[in-house]
Amino acid sequence: MTRSTTAHGRDVVAASSAEVIGTSVLERTDADEQLEPEQELMTINLGPHHPATHGVLRLLVSLQGETVIDLKPIMGYVHTGIEKNCEDKSYWKVIPFVERMDYLSYFFNMEAFVGCVERMLELDIPPRAKYLRVIHMELNRLHSHLVWLGTSALDLGAMSMFFYCFRERDRILDLFEMSTGQRMHTRYFQVGGVFEDIPVGFERKVREFTSEFPSRIDQYEALLTNNEIFLQRTKGVGIVSRERLLELGVTGPLLRAAGEPWDLRKADPYLSYGDFEFNIPVGTVGDGWDRFRCRVQEMRESTRIIEQALDGLPEGPVLANDRKIVLPPRHELSTSMEALIHHFKLVTEGFRVPPGEAYYAIESPRGELGCFVLADGSAKPARVHFRDPSFVNLQSFRDMCVGEYVADLIQNLAMLDPILGGIDR
Amino acid sequence: MPDAPGLELVAAELNKAHPGSVLGTYHDRGQACLIAGPEQIREILAWLRDTPGQEYTFLASVHGVDYLPAEPRFGVHYELLNMARVERLRVRAAVADPGGEQLPEVPSVCDEWPTADHQEREVYDFFGIVFRGHPDLRRILMPEDYVGWPQRRDFPMGGEPVIFTNTEREVPGWYA
Repeated sequence: MTRSTTAHGRDVVAASSAEVIGTSVLERTDADEQLEPEQELMTINLGPHHPATHGVLRLLVSLQGETVIDLKPIMGYVHTGIEKNCEDKSYWKVIPFVERMDYLSYFFNMEAFVGCVERMLELDIPPRAKYLRVIHMELNRLHSHLVWLGTSALDLGAMSMFFYCFRERDRILDLFEMSTGQRMHTRYFQVGGVFEDIPVGFERKVREFTSEFPSRIDQYEALLTNNEIFLQRTKGVGIVSRERLLELGVTGPLLRAAGEPWDLRKADPYLSYGDFEFNIPVGTVGDGWDRFRCRVQEMRESTRIIEQALDGLPEGPVLANDRKIVLPPRHELSTSMEALIHHFKLVTEGFRVPPGEAYYAIESPRGELGCFVLADGSAKPARVHFRDPSFVNLQSFRDMCVGEYVADLIQNLAMLDPILGGIDR
Repeated sequence: MPDAPGLELVAAELNKAHPGSVLGTYHDRGQACLIAGPEQIREILAWLRDTPGQEYTFLASVHGVDYLPAEPRFGVHYELLNMARVERLRVRAAVADPGGEQLPEVPSVCDEWPTADHQEREVYDFFGIVFRGHPDLRRILMPEDYVGWPQRRDFPMGGEPVIFTNTEREVPGWYA
């Protein structure tokens, strides 16, 4: 078989079929060669509304038969200009705004922003507030991982997991409702502490939950860990080496599953994470299975942190004492003239932050969530930027999928756990 | 974080290795920052990554800032992280606005730090800063036919035309 064309300005001469197999599909298509139907390239569009894309993510996938040979994510479908809008709000009005970015980790978004502003103000918050923040953030991590586990298992056909996970998730939302008044987007953290002390009975409810939750994790594991279908779908799928993940800036459970024990709660203990004893689960291979195991183990560790935080919960105020920055507690308004004046000033105008810029990073359920704030000395930030872990982690998706089957693409996306609200902001 | 004298040492060594690369430093509220000329940004990041004793290997974040009315107007921030020492260092490329229709330019670091790919596209999308050498510099979050650089400080808030029910007959191209 001999063929001669002038593709790319040079002759492609194939003397034998053995040589033809060696050249790439693209070259062979350019060379007008007759390909078998399963060898032809097909570009398909996945999303933005495919249910398995975990949000409005669109993927342009080039397939050769069933094998993914290229992939491009296209996003921006839920971009709402939150960062721009923050520049038009006083600092404390930004808090409910940024919560709505990554809608599964709202306490983390709040902590990233509030912590960054506290760093700029050099404001230290009372120990009780730190502990309450930790309790709520770890409950939020459980909530986020439960939604991930339920939907990911659903993608792989495990329908019942979805209901089990959402049963426990609902209990966490009930706890949030009890302490903050809202199930999602609570605006519980403020610059200087938390909005209110936890109500009577909250601690008992959380303890009931944490004592029961490990047995629920056992149930999830009983359903999935030795499930033949689940094992076959996840084992050895979507492996990206640890070096490549670090180059791509990937953090969180994805990086830990590849064997890198990097967790900001341990490495750079913000709030009161230094007080607690917990482990960082790491994987070995970095496939879908390791990612699943890491997150499930993280849920156990989070439960331990919550219990320790409840045990050691210090007494005292939940708000810093600086009334120039912190909204005065409700009861002071009816007895103190100064509190009323400052409440009025803070609500109408807000506090001013001295000029400067700061970057503050925390460990969200998906990795390093960084917040950058530029202050120009006024009561509104001049720039708010969020380094969202989903946005950065999504770059590793191509490496996970290329060369594997299109069915594994769905599994890889599920184990990547991107939240499009956070990616698009 | 390197402390204030440590930051000056880093800046002096960098200026020795690449003369004129560091334009300034500041150390504020525990955070260290090197201000650099945009053209030397690749050399600076590579030096900070490869020099023994520095080893800021992890590029945590790339983002743009508009310092209007200050000059130079734009900043592209590279948040570096040394994972072994848990030290962060910010490098700010100070980018001047060439004015008019011209867009400011910064060399892309995308080939050596692949994590910068999406983030440089985001900076381009919102600030109109062109990353020279980026393989695929397109808008990433805004629609691809969008005109303007929305995160610039002189871009108006709420400038999008909205069609209300009572004015929809007057808006051209909408009604009939």
